[in-house]
Amino acid sequence: MSAAVIARGTAASRIAAIAVAAIISLLALAPQFLSAGAVDRMTALFIYVILAAMWNALAGFGGLVSVGQQVFFGLGAYFTIRLANAGLNPFVSLFVSAVVVGAVSWPISLFMLRLKNGEFAIGMWVIAALTHLLVNLDRLVQGETGTSLISLNVYDASTRRLTIYWLALASMAALLAVLFGLLRGSTGAAIRAIRDNEDAAASVGVRVTGTKRLLFVLAAFGIGVAGALWLATAITFQPKTYFNVQWTAYMIFMVLVGGIGTFEGAILGALLFFLIETWFGGAGVWYLIGLGATALVFSLLLPRGLWGTLEERFGWRLLSVGYRVRLPGIAENPAGAIAAPAQSATSREKA
Amino acid sequence: MMNQIVQGVLLGGYYALIACGLSFMFSVMRIINLAHGSLAVLSAFALWLLASRFHIPPFYGLAIVLALMAAIGWALQRFLLERSARGGALLPILTTFGLAIVIDNVLFEQFGADTRSLAPFIGRLSYDSWEWPGGLYVGKLAVIIFATAVVLLGGLQLFLTRTGLGRSIRATSEDPDTAGLVGVDARRANALAAAIAMVTVGLAGAFLGMRATFDPYAGATQLLFAFEAAVIGGAGSLWGTLIGGIVLALAQTLGAKIHPQGFLIGGHVAFLIVLFIRLYMSGLGLRGLLSLPTGKTP
Repeated sequence: MSAAVIARGTAASRIAAIAVAAIISLLALAPQFLSAGAVDRMTALFIYVILAAMWNALAGFGGLVSVGQQVFFGLGAYFTIRLANAGLNPFVSLFVSAVVVGAVSWPISLFMLRLKNGEFAIGMWVIAALTHLLVNLDRLVQGETGTSLISLNVYDASTRRLTIYWLALASMAALLAVLFGLLRGSTGAAIRAIRDNEDAAASVGVRVTGTKRLLFVLAAFGIGVAGALWLATAITFQPKTYFNVQWTAYMIFMVLVGGIGTFEGAILGALLFFLIETWFGGAGVWYLIGLGATALVFSLLLPRGLWGTLEERFGWRLLSVGYRVRLPGIAENPAGAIAAPAQSATSREKA
Repeated sequence: MMNQIVQGVLLGGYYALIACGLSFMFSVMRIINLAHGSLAVLSAFALWLLASRFHIPPFYGLAIVLALMAAIGWALQRFLLERSARGGALLPILTTFGLAIVIDNVLFEQFGADTRSLAPFIGRLSYDSWEWPGGLYVGKLAVIIFATAVVLLGGLQLFLTRTGLGRSIRATSEDPDTAGLVGVDARRANALAAAIAMVTVGLAGAFLGMRATFDPYAGATQLLFAFEAAVIGGAGSLWGTLIGGIVLALAQTLGAKIHPQGFLIGGHVAFLIVLFIRLYMSGLGLRGLLSLPTGKTP
């Protein structure tokens, strides 16, 4: 009798890894063939992927549903404005700003991570509302009138467009890689344990608060990058646009439709959101009603999202961050763990 | 100064009114309804529609709208919350957030971006006031709202402690399975609790429309007010909610006195301070907050 085999990837996941590298190289070359408008749209897509992946890191893996993530999006843009105004190169400001956002999120996490579920969700919204009001008080921003990232104007339009495109692509790839590495490493096991059962995870020695804090700060940093990049594409900064709860609504939509708690799901969700926005974004209010209704229906009928459902159905793994156990004599067990049958529905390897 | 304190306390009555439904639903079903504020605004729009289109004064219109809100509450629990609560504690947050987006944008689609008010339909009541000793003028409407809040909170308290239905709701909130064993229909108790909560939301929406203006996207602000008042007062405690509402309103009054844009800031800051104190008092406070993570959650 042979021993059980523990595998980290599948044949499909190895092909997927190569495909990811190929796709990113292709995307890096794409501006050669794309129109200016298409380059801008692709930049928006990269920002959406960042937003979805970061919200998913927090909610899907940390079990922390926040409706106030727009605070980091707005701060990412605001600090960029401030730093550029102080004379820093605007492109450098984008990333310094995100580091500042990450630093700011640390004290917030000390406080907010004590709250549970719904309290955390709305508590973050209060933080976002308060931050929005405080940013409005800044003379530079001039209340809701806002201001612009004027120092970006020294670059001509096409240099600016291409630089932002590559920065967005690089940020997306880097953030996804960091998240992937985190989930695949030893922290990843802790993260998935927390996602499945926080109390049980704590009882076997998982550092629940520390792990959640790591995810919280990472998500804040990533969303800060996204906000700063958005500012770079839009140039104008109006606090109302950046601190709008609709950003969180988009994140929730993308992650819920794609598949909460799955690495691939957030990316799929961002892609779908991008397509829906491209096709129906002109429909105005009905578009927003559709987004809200879709999120509502998914939360009721398909809470695991599209990817989660497909993965469960067919045992797909592309970007595998977990472990799977193959027991000799038993057909491959998609539950991936030696779990009691009654528990298999919840203890499935999802990431 | 005295005048501002009195006005602040009376405004607190409104906050208690909008918070009590949120706090009630949280204590019974452990669900924070993110569509809470949007539903209050929906009720205000319904009253506005009845008054402007069908010439039904808001106080009569309430009879229709509150019945409607009760039905909405029942349906909300039966068709949305019950189902999503089975998927864990996080799912209802997403479901009700989706609902809030739908309600806000449907209202926007129907009524446009204009701000409205019910004040034109309630005649002199919107500006009449009583003179109290000491030269204080207090708005009649503000007093009515405060009195309604007190009566409603007291009534809910009596209902929960003295009636069979109230006891079945409390039993369900403690432990639905055990309540089921002794013959309480947990589904019915929860649906009833949701219906009651929505009636209070409808009432709060009516007073929102009478004392101020509203627009389709006003729901988020009302949700934050409700949440802050409920948390300041201690979530799940009905009389605490009244105190919470008053503290919130006084903090906003103070904030407005310090800075012209300080009204909302004052409220949010008070909320965070109370939260901070509460965490501190619970023994996990400052030391717990700033020490290295121990791996345990509070």
